[in-house]
Amino acid sequence: MIEAKVENTIGRHKDWQPKILAFLCNWCSYAGADLAGVSRIQYPPNIRVVRIPCSGRVNPIFILKCLQNGFDGVLVSGCHPGDCHYISGNYVARRKFAVLKTLLEFMGLEPGRVQFSWVSAGEGEKFAQVVTKVTEDVKKLGPARKLVRNLEPTETKY
Amino acid sequence: MSVKSSSKSVLVVGAGIAGIQAALDLAELGADVHLLEQTPSIGGRMPQLDKTFPTNDCSICILSPKMSECARHPGITLHICSSLVSVEGTAGDFNCRIKEHARYVDPDKCVGCGVCAEKCPVKVADEFDVELRQRKAIYRYFAQSIPSNYVIDAAHCLQLTKGVCKLCEKACEADAINFKDKDKFIDLNCGAVVLASGIDPHNPIGYGQYGYKAYPNVVTSIEFERMLSASGPQKGHVVRPSDGKEPGRVAFIQCVGSRDLERKHDYCSSVCCMYAIKEAVIAKEHSKGIEPTIFFMDIRAFGKDFDKYYERAESQFGVEFTRARVAKVTPADDGNLRLHFTREYGKRDSEVFDLVVLSVGLEPREDMAELADKVDVKLDEYGFCRAVPFEPLNTVRPGIFACGAANGPKDIPESVMSASGAVAGCARFLALERQEKVSKKEFPEEKDVVGERPRIGVFVCHCGINIAGVVDVKDVAGFAGTLPNVEYTEDVIYACSQDCLDTIKEKIREHNLNRVLVAACTPRTHEPLFRETLREAGLNQYLFEMANIRDQCSWAHMHEPELATAKVKDLVEMGVAKARNLFPLQKLPIEINPKAVVVGGGLSGMIASLAMADAGYEVCLLEKESELGGNLAGIRNTLNGADPRELLHSTILKVEDSKFITVHRNARLQSIEGYIGHFKTTFEVNSQKPEAKSKEPSVEYDHGVVVVATGARESEPAEYLYGKSRRVITQLELEKRIADLPRCKTVVMIQCVGSREGERLYCSRVCCGQAIKNATLMKKMRPGTDVYVLYRDIRTYGLAEKYYGQARDLGVVFERYDLDHKPELEPVDKSDPDSKLKVKLVDFLLDKKIVIEADLVVLSAAMDAPKENEQLAKMLKVPLNKEGFFLEAHMKLRPVDFATDGVFMCGLAHSPKNIDESITQAKAAAARALGVLSRKVIEAEGTVSWVNPDRCTGCGVCVKACAYAAVELKEMTMGSKVVKTVAEVNEALCKGCGACAASCRSGAINLKGFTDDQIFEAVSAITT
Repeated sequence: MIEAKVENTIGRHKDWQPKILAFLCNWCSYAGADLAGVSRIQYPPNIRVVRIPCSGRVNPIFILKCLQNGFDGVLVSGCHPGDCHYISGNYVARRKFAVLKTLLEFMGLEPGRVQFSWVSAGEGEKFAQVVTKVTEDVKKLGPARKLVRNLEPTETKY
Repeated sequence: MSVKSSSKSVLVVGAGIAGIQAALDLAELGADVHLLEQTPSIGGRMPQLDKTFPTNDCSICILSPKMSECARHPGITLHICSSLVSVEGTAGDFNCRIKEHARYVDPDKCVGCGVCAEKCPVKVADEFDVELRQRKAIYRYFAQSIPSNYVIDAAHCLQLTKGVCKLCEKACEADAINFKDKDKFIDLNCGAVVLASGIDPHNPIGYGQYGYKAYPNVVTSIEFERMLSASGPQKGHVVRPSDGKEPGRVAFIQCVGSRDLERKHDYCSSVCCMYAIKEAVIAKEHSKGIEPTIFFMDIRAFGKDFDKYYERAESQFGVEFTRARVAKVTPADDGNLRLHFTREYGKRDSEVFDLVVLSVGLEPREDMAELADKVDVKLDEYGFCRAVPFEPLNTVRPGIFACGAANGPKDIPESVMSASGAVAGCARFLALERQEKVSKKEFPEEKDVVGERPRIGVFVCHCGINIAGVVDVKDVAGFAGTLPNVEYTEDVIYACSQDCLDTIKEKIREHNLNRVLVAACTPRTHEPLFRETLREAGLNQYLFEMANIRDQCSWAHMHEPELATAKVKDLVEMGVAKARNLFPLQKLPIEINPKAVVVGGGLSGMIASLAMADAGYEVCLLEKESELGGNLAGIRNTLNGADPRELLHSTILKVEDSKFITVHRNARLQSIEGYIGHFKTTFEVNSQKPEAKSKEPSVEYDHGVVVVATGARESEPAEYLYGKSRRVITQLELEKRIADLPRCKTVVMIQCVGSREGERLYCSRVCCGQAIKNATLMKKMRPGTDVYVLYRDIRTYGLAEKYYGQARDLGVVFERYDLDHKPELEPVDKSDPDSKLKVKLVDFLLDKKIVIEADLVVLSAAMDAPKENEQLAKMLKVPLNKEGFFLEAHMKLRPVDFATDGVFMCGLAHSPKNIDESITQAKAAAARALGVLSRKVIEAEGTVSWVNPDRCTGCGVCVKACAYAAVELKEMTMGSKVVKTVAEVNEALCKGCGACAASCRSGAINLKGFTDDQIFEAVSAITT
C-alpha cells in the first residue's frame, strides 16, 4: 500500500530530482571527486558537497540536520580504513555511523537514504559509481518525509 | 670540519619521492632549493603505482599533498623538463648549469584546462601509462601532475615538425601556446648538490624464454600496476590485453632482471617480492575470480611489518606461493600461457595461466653513467652511486650527495629516509642561519573585521570554457548578488590569473569586503593561492571560502547544463552561507628552544647527535649504559669488509670532541614533558661507584626536540639447547669469538631463531647477512671447516646478494627448512655436557632426513625491542607497534617522524636494520629535527579545536578520540579549590581533524574553520 502511494507521488512529479548532501573528507574522497571531474567521468548532478577535513569530523547530528532540512539523502565518504590522513579519524567515524545507521532505521528511516563509503584519491571512477548508486537508491525511495522539519501538506510540497 | 660557504642554494636532481623529500626538508632548513626534473611533472615513479605495501595505501593519495607542498613552498623552485649540464667548482661553491627545455606552453598563462589536447590531432604512446594508452602531442603528464600545465612534445607536434597545424593555439583561450619558445640555460651557484635520479624498471625483452612482447598476455609488473590503478588505462578493471577478458589464474614470475649473474644483475632489487604480493592481493580485491600464484626463489619480506603482510596474503587472500624458478613460458589455447618450471624437490612440472606478470627488477637509470660523468662521481659495479664505507649517502666528491634508489634499490620509506639523511649532509655546506620568520613573504597588517557585518565578495570563474561551456556563469553571478550579505559579485574568465587576483584585491578595498567566495576549481590546489591574495589585501586568510564548480560540477555533468547550473547555484549559496559565518583565525606562534635531547647513545643516537651538532645546535645525549656504542660495540666485521670498530671509535671520539654535545652516561630518564619547541626532560645520572650511596640529584633540561634512538637487542633463544649446551651460541657471541675459535670440523647455523613465528611475526633483517658474513669468514680462515646454514628464506636483499653467491662459491652449504620441519638438536653423547651435537633435518631437494654432526651450532637469534620502550612511549605519548618497536607517523612517507610533532626516531628503535641503514635513518631524524631547530618560531595550524569550558563536563571522550594527544583534561581551580575538570586543547599539537568535536556529547568542543554552526548554516542554506 505504502509503496503504491510512494509510486504515485513520484509518478505525479516526474521532474522531481532528489537533493543529496555529501560530506567528503578533504584527503581522499574529496580528491577522488576531483579526479572524477578531471577524468571527465559523468555522474548525476544531485549531490551537494560539503568539504570536511576528515570523516571523523562528521557529528551524527550533521546527518540528522540534513534530513531535518529536507535533503533526500546523505552520503558520508572518507579514506579507506587504514588510509586516514589523521591516523584513525575514519575509524572514529565508522564506529559512530554503525550506531547511527541502526538508530535511523529503528526510527523508520528507509535504509539507503543515509549511506557511507570509502573512496580514495585515486578512485575517480568509484566515486562516480557511489554517487550514481546513492542517487538511484534515493530516487527509488522518493522524496524524504521522515524527520523533515516544517513539512507542509504533501500536495503543496512540490 | 666546517666549510666556508656563501650560498644558500642547493640543486636537487630528480623529483621523485626522494627528490621531493630532500627539497622539502632543505627548504624547511631555510635553503633555496632548485628541484630539477626531466619529465613534465614532479612525482617520479610513485604516481604510477596503484597501492603501496604493506598498508595498501593509495599511492597518489599520499604523494599528492607532498607534491603540492613542493610547488607552493617559497623556498623551492621547480625546473621541469630540465636536465643537468655541468657541475663545476667545489663544495660550498658549485656552479651548476641546467637546461630547461622548451615546453611551448607558457606556464604562467596555462590553466590546465585541456581544451588544447582535445583538439590536437596527433596521438602518441603514453610513457606514463607504460604505453598502455595514447596521449596527444600536447599533453599533461598525468591527471594529478604538478605543475598542472600542459606541454608540447616537440618530437611529435605537427607544427614543430612540419610547420602545419596550430589547432591548440586556436583552441587555447588563455593564449598560452608559444611555438617560439626556446631552450634556456640557467646557471646556479649552489653550496651542495643532491642526486636523486632514481631507477628504471628492468626491460625484460632480453628474457626471450618468458615471451614478453611475443605473447600479449605476458606483462611487466609496472604495466600490471597501471592496469590495477583506478586512474589507469583500464580504470582499475583487470583484463587481459589479448581479449579484454578478466583473467582467472595469474602467475607472477619473480627475479626478472634480479639475482641474475648472466645479465650482471646479481643484486636483489629489494622491492619485487613485496610489490608482487601487493599486486596479487590488490588484484584479488578487484576481482574475486583472480587466483594469483607467485613463483619465487626466496620471499624477501624483510621490512617492517612485511612478513605479516606476506602471511596475510597467503592465509586470508589465498595467494599461492610456489618456490620454483620458471624455465620458460609457452603459448597454450585461448591466449593462455603454460609455465614450465622445476619444483624444489627436482620434479619438472608445468601449469597453465591466463595472465603472466613479470616482476621486473630495478636498475640504475639508463643515463646514470652520463649523469655521474657530468657530476664527476663514482658508480659501483652495477652503476649505483655509492662509494664511501659507512657514509651511505656521500659520493666521492664532497658536497655532492646521493639518495633514493640512485644509490641502490630501495622501497619508498627507505628512499624518504635517505633523502632526509642527505639533507643532513648538505647542511654544513650551506650558509644557513636560524630563520626568524615563519614565512619569507611580507604581508600588510591584517584589518580587524570582528564585529563588522559580513560583506561578501563572490567571484565566479569561467575557467575559459571549462565551466562557462556548461554552466551559465553570468546567471550564477547574478544570482549570487541576490544573496544576503553579498556586497559584490563578478564573473571572471580565469580567477587564478594574475590580473584577476589583482581585481579581487582591488574589489576588497573598493567595497570594503570582509569575506570572499571564489566559485572555480578545487580548493585542494587553489585555496592557498586565494588565501595569499586575501593576505595581500590585508584580510585574514581564513575569511576565504571556495565553491568547487569545475572539478565537481561542470566537468562531471557536461551533458546536463541546466542541472549543472542549478547545482552551481546551490554550491554558491552554501558557500555564501559558510562565508557569512567565517571568522578570522590566528596561527599560534610557537617559539623553538634550539636544543635537542637524544635518547640512546648507540650508533644511531651518536650519528643523529653529530648531525645536529654539526649544524651548530646543542645536544644532550643520554645513554643508560656506562659506555657509548650500543650494539656496534659487539660487531667485529662487516659483509663488505669495512671496519666497524674503526667506525665505533671514530664516532665516539667525534661525539666526545664536539663542543655542542653533552654526553650523560648511566643516565636514567625520569620524565619528558611538554610539546614541540618546549620540552623538559628530567633524568638522573647514577654513579657507578658503590661507595657513593647518596642519590645524585635529578637534572632538568629544556629543549625543543627529542630524537628516540633506544635501539634493540639480540634476544636470548629459548630453543635449540641454547644455554644447555656450550656448543650452542648466538651469532653475536660467535662474532666476538670468531678470531680465536678452537678448530671446528663442522659448524651449523640456524636462521630465524625466534623470528617470523609465534610472538615475533617479523623478520630480524640483519641475520641472513650476519650469518653469511660469519660463514664466509670461517671458510676463509679455515677452508676445511664445513659450514651449513639452515634457513627459511635467504634474505640478502639489495646489494648484499653478491655475498650470498660468494659464500656458496666458498663451499658454504645452504639447507632450507620450514616451520613444519624445524631442525632438531640432540647431543651425540647424552651423558657428556660438552658432547658434539646431532642436527636432524629434512633435505627438500633429496626429500629425505639427514643428520649433521656439529662441533658448533650458531643461532641467528631474533632482534627484540627493549622493554623500556613502553615507558618512554608513555612519556612521549607516542605509539609502539605490537612487537614493541616505535611506530612512525606514516609507514611510507614519514618513516622517522612521530604523529606528535617535535619527536623523531631512528635506528633499531624503529625496526631491525643494518649499520648503513641505521646511519641513514639517524641522519634523516637529525635533518627532520633540524627543520624544527632551525626556526626561531613555528606556527600551529589556524584550524584547530577549541573548548568552551562552560559546556565541558570533563568526560574525556575527546581525549580518547584525539590521535595526536593534543587534548588533555585539566583541573580548573578557583583559588586553591578545584572547581571542575575540563578538556584543554594544545594548539601546538592539534592537527584539526575534528574527531574530538564530532565526539563531544555536550557540544563543548568545536573545530575552528569547520564549526558546527558553519556546517549547519551551509546545509540549511539551500533546502529551506
